[in-house]
Amino acid sequence: MKPNKFWAWLVFALGAAYFLVPLLATFIFSLRMRRNELSFDAYVSVFSDPRFYGTFGYSLAIGAVTIVVGVLVVVPAVYFVRLRMPWLRPVMEFVTLLPLIIPALVLVYGYIRLYNSSSIIPFTSSAFGTDILLTGAYVTLALPYMYRAVDNGMRTIDIGTLTEAAQIAGANQLQIIGQIILPNILVAILSGAFLTFAIVIGEFTIASLLNRPAFGPYLVGIGTNKAYEPAALAIISFIITWGAMGMINVLGRFAPRTSARTD
Amino acid sequence: MTDSTSRPTRRRIPWDYLAVAPFVIFAVMFLFMPTLSLIGTAFTDRAGNFTFDNIGGLFTDQILAAYSISIRVSGASAILGALIGLAITLAIIRGRLPAPLRSAVMTFSGVASNFAGVPLAFAFIATLGRIGLVTIVLRDVFHLDLYRAGFSLFSFWGLTLTYLYFQIPLMMLTIAPAVDGLKKEWSEAAQMLGANQWQFWRYVGLPILWPSFLGTLSLLFANAFGAIATAWALTGSNLNIVTVLLYNQIRGDALQNPGLGAALALGMIVITSLANVIYLIVAKRAERWMK
Repeated sequence: MKPNKFWAWLVFALGAAYFLVPLLATFIFSLRMRRNELSFDAYVSVFSDPRFYGTFGYSLAIGAVTIVVGVLVVVPAVYFVRLRMPWLRPVMEFVTLLPLIIPALVLVYGYIRLYNSSSIIPFTSSAFGTDILLTGAYVTLALPYMYRAVDNGMRTIDIGTLTEAAQIAGANQLQIIGQIILPNILVAILSGAFLTFAIVIGEFTIASLLNRPAFGPYLVGIGTNKAYEPAALAIISFIITWGAMGMINVLGRFAPRTSARTD
Repeated sequence: MTDSTSRPTRRRIPWDYLAVAPFVIFAVMFLFMPTLSLIGTAFTDRAGNFTFDNIGGLFTDQILAAYSISIRVSGASAILGALIGLAITLAIIRGRLPAPLRSAVMTFSGVASNFAGVPLAFAFIATLGRIGLVTIVLRDVFHLDLYRAGFSLFSFWGLTLTYLYFQIPLMMLTIAPAVDGLKKEWSEAAQMLGANQWQFWRYVGLPILWPSFLGTLSLLFANAFGAIATAWALTGSNLNIVTVLLYNQIRGDALQNPGLGAALALGMIVITSLANVIYLIVAKRAERWMK
């Protein structure tokens, strides 16, 4: 058993090196903007660019709308399918898996061809319409994760009993979903929301093909024109991703632990 | 399952269908219709007639080369990612490394598997690019010039090495439950029957992990195959992978034929579907062992 432990540490150390060296190297690289000394000049340069705030704010706003739309689309559907139409579950599972099978690039190509300015629903002919398309694309990208988060959340609470209790107390369907179910799965929804945020915030492909001023295309622009700022932006992005994932971990501690399976 | 439809308080409004409607409408508008219209375009010529010409048009050197390099990069990053990810997971869980280390590694995996796209490309350029820190240190301190030795970050292996940064953590997150499912009793039983470590893994451990391993492998493949942002920020149009080709087609009709572009997209769906069908079949088999 002893050599076992040695190999375990060796494999772990090699893995840790592969993952930590690029982070460390990128961080040091980002500090080397000034000649012969380390400085935070690259970060100052990033944070003094108004386009940084403009594009980041735009992606933040689209991300927020994506989360709200995602919740509105997923929560009622999961609730009613679990409660009344369990035969629909395999279909929902399949549909929410599709975004993992159909590449985002293909999806946005379909959008551009289907909703162009000469079609019945000309989304792409106005900025607002294109924002709707972008949001739709992001909700689709996040669908597998949002669905699984909400589905797991509903599995841990007994929605059948909760619903009956609320009905006996005289609540209507809207009150049941809004005031009983939603608060009970809030932690799960927030986990899905932060994951959605992590996916959406730096997304490049769809935003660039729809010509929207999002953070991802801005990043690529900086990458082609600057030397040290991209490294600084990589570190900033890593911290943002870490923050989003850290929030999910923190939230996990507040999740209900009882697992009253209704299925 | 509690069936409350039989309750006397039932409303006239068909809430069930009303509540599922947004989901259905959304899926139709943003998932099914766009994909179906694209598939339709792939089988339509400029005059609007049915044709197989677009599919046939895929079989040119340029497009086949693009598919081939995409499949090879995705295959290499999936296989290496799966093997390395499994090795690290086994080391952490079966090698009995300290428990806090395990939770730290799993948290990091969650972050790294989502740290993809453009920022990841930036990080690797700063590390292993022509003037990347590791490249410079290796050259000046160890007198090893990577780029003179034939390595380039903007090549097949460079892209594969970069993709591993999100492939390995994804493997670890997906395979960890399966590794956890390897019960202690099994290795004890094997030991009591006189099996050594190698025999345990050969006849018990790996056969049990195999379905999960294979399933995750196809997930990783599809994951890398559809990726473009990292490749785009890393190599621009240098590396002719199929997503970059399609991106250029959408941007400016690079192939000068929308039908051919749609056929290119259809080919991608077919390949990722195949990978996922394998995943679903294999996942069904894997479930037997997870109870």
